[in-house]
Amino acid sequence: MLVKQISVFIENKSGRLAEVTKTLGDNGIDIKALSVADTADFGVLRLIVNRPDDAERILRDAGFAVSRTAVIAIGVADVPGGLSVALGILEAGGVAIEYMYAFIGKMKDEALVILRVENPEKAIEVLGGKGIQVLAAETVYGL
Amino acid sequence: MLYWNRTCECMPRDEMMKLQTERLIAAVNRVYHNVPFYREKMQARGLEPGDIRTLDDLKKLPFSYKKDLRDTYPYGMFAVPLSEIVRIHASSGTTGKQIVVGYTRKDLDTWSEVMARTLVSANVTRESFVQIAYGYGLFTGGLGAHYGAERIGASVIPASGGNTRRQIQIMADFGTTTLACTPSYALYMAEEIEEAGIKKGDLKLKSGVFGAEPWSLEMRKQIEERLGIMAIDIYGLSEIIGPGVASECSCQNGLHVQEDHFIPEIIDPETEEVLPPGSKGEIVFTTITKEGFPLIRYRTRDLSMLTYEACDCGRTTVRMEKVTGRSDDMLIIRGVNVFPSQIESVLLHIGETTPNYQLIVDRVDNLDVLEVDVEMTPSMFSDEIKQIADIERKIRKELDWVLGINAKVKLVEPKSIARSEGKAKRVIDRRKL
Repeated sequence: MLVKQISVFIENKSGRLAEVTKTLGDNGIDIKALSVADTADFGVLRLIVNRPDDAERILRDAGFAVSRTAVIAIGVADVPGGLSVALGILEAGGVAIEYMYAFIGKMKDEALVILRVENPEKAIEVLGGKGIQVLAAETVYGL
Repeated sequence: MLYWNRTCECMPRDEMMKLQTERLIAAVNRVYHNVPFYREKMQARGLEPGDIRTLDDLKKLPFSYKKDLRDTYPYGMFAVPLSEIVRIHASSGTTGKQIVVGYTRKDLDTWSEVMARTLVSANVTRESFVQIAYGYGLFTGGLGAHYGAERIGASVIPASGGNTRRQIQIMADFGTTTLACTPSYALYMAEEIEEAGIKKGDLKLKSGVFGAEPWSLEMRKQIEERLGIMAIDIYGLSEIIGPGVASECSCQNGLHVQEDHFIPEIIDPETEEVLPPGSKGEIVFTTITKEGFPLIRYRTRDLSMLTYEACDCGRTTVRMEKVTGRSDDMLIIRGVNVFPSQIESVLLHIGETTPNYQLIVDRVDNLDVLEVDVEMTPSMFSDEIKQIADIERKIRKELDWVLGINAKVKLVEPKSIARSEGKAKRVIDRRKL
């Protein structure tokens, strides 16, 4: 159920994001979801892609500082308050969220959200127990 | 008062050479018998103290280097029993370990004497109020200037460094007539004074003795105009004695070396060959009166030039040209000596390997700022912003601890620092000195 997220260190300089996405595009890597966390001097680009192992190798070979993190992907009802239901379940279950971001696309009537939590196994368990759909990694890569 | 010590400062050349010769012979004897380091080095060259009979024989003696001071840390180069040492000072070394220097009571006396001569060059008298805004402590600047001013009988204001608003208040209220600090700090103060709406006519300031870092003639002009003072360049380094090794006179045309205590030579830093007067090269000093921590032919790495031509002030001592650069990669940032190798050793502690780095030095609002750019390595990078910020903070804290300097640390992408022949360019100095 754990999804491989690729993180890339990016300096706050113009053209850097373009460089990363071009490197991936040239190698046929398709970006499924992304977010950028930034500070005054640098940012961390987080990516969900179709072929995470390849993407990691390609970016590293291109000279980027890359790391890999396990995240989970959930589908929530695409209606007002849909996300808060899932987050409420995690809170009640004592799972802290470090960060989260939404998918670019969606699946039927569900919005897809990527969650980075302290304890992903436990998150899967509490969400699953309350009927929230946790997506299989292969499903995410193939979206 | 024109001179503090007319006899020594205006001595005819032949008498000075005679005095230097006597003192050199005695100094060589002392180090040979009291410091194993010098004895071994001299023996390796087949030299005995008796071989040094004239000033010309000085060039037979081996050089000493900063590295020697590190290798004999802390007291290996001291030439008297430690019970004779009454003061210890220290300055930063090349890789973290400090250089330790010691003074006997007589050495402190010598130091006060040469600093008194220096301050008299800046018209300090018993009536003066000397505000010392050099740091007090292990750094020699504060206490060196302090003892010199006290020797003259001036009123000493030991303000030490920092707290600019208080410095300015003291200057205005206490009637400071002479300011002693780094030139960049003097310029910074000038700006703050203007900002506080204080007119230079409201201050009693007349002169300043500035040193511990290189400064340009343009900078001098600015300091003199904005503070309405005469600004004197002074030179010294802890290893030799601290401030007071050489100082400009009111002619502001080269720094008079206190030759009866320190013999200067100019050498080619590559071949180590002694160069004739008027040649540009690295200045080397031999201390001929120091007891606690004597140095023979110490390689300062400072680039200068010597002239024996008579000076209009009447002093006959040799003058060294304002130091124009270094023959190594040392940087002087806010008066603190910084070697890239020190920063390298800090970075080695942080990651698994030493990352590539670059030092960017600039002068913003007349204060030196140091930015350390460090290339991210796989072992340092994690997905968490907080962890990356923690690495930056850790590097900054370590640098502050090792260098005593607050640097801005910036993590940059791998391979983003420009390289030439595979090696990253370590230092970019944007200061216009």
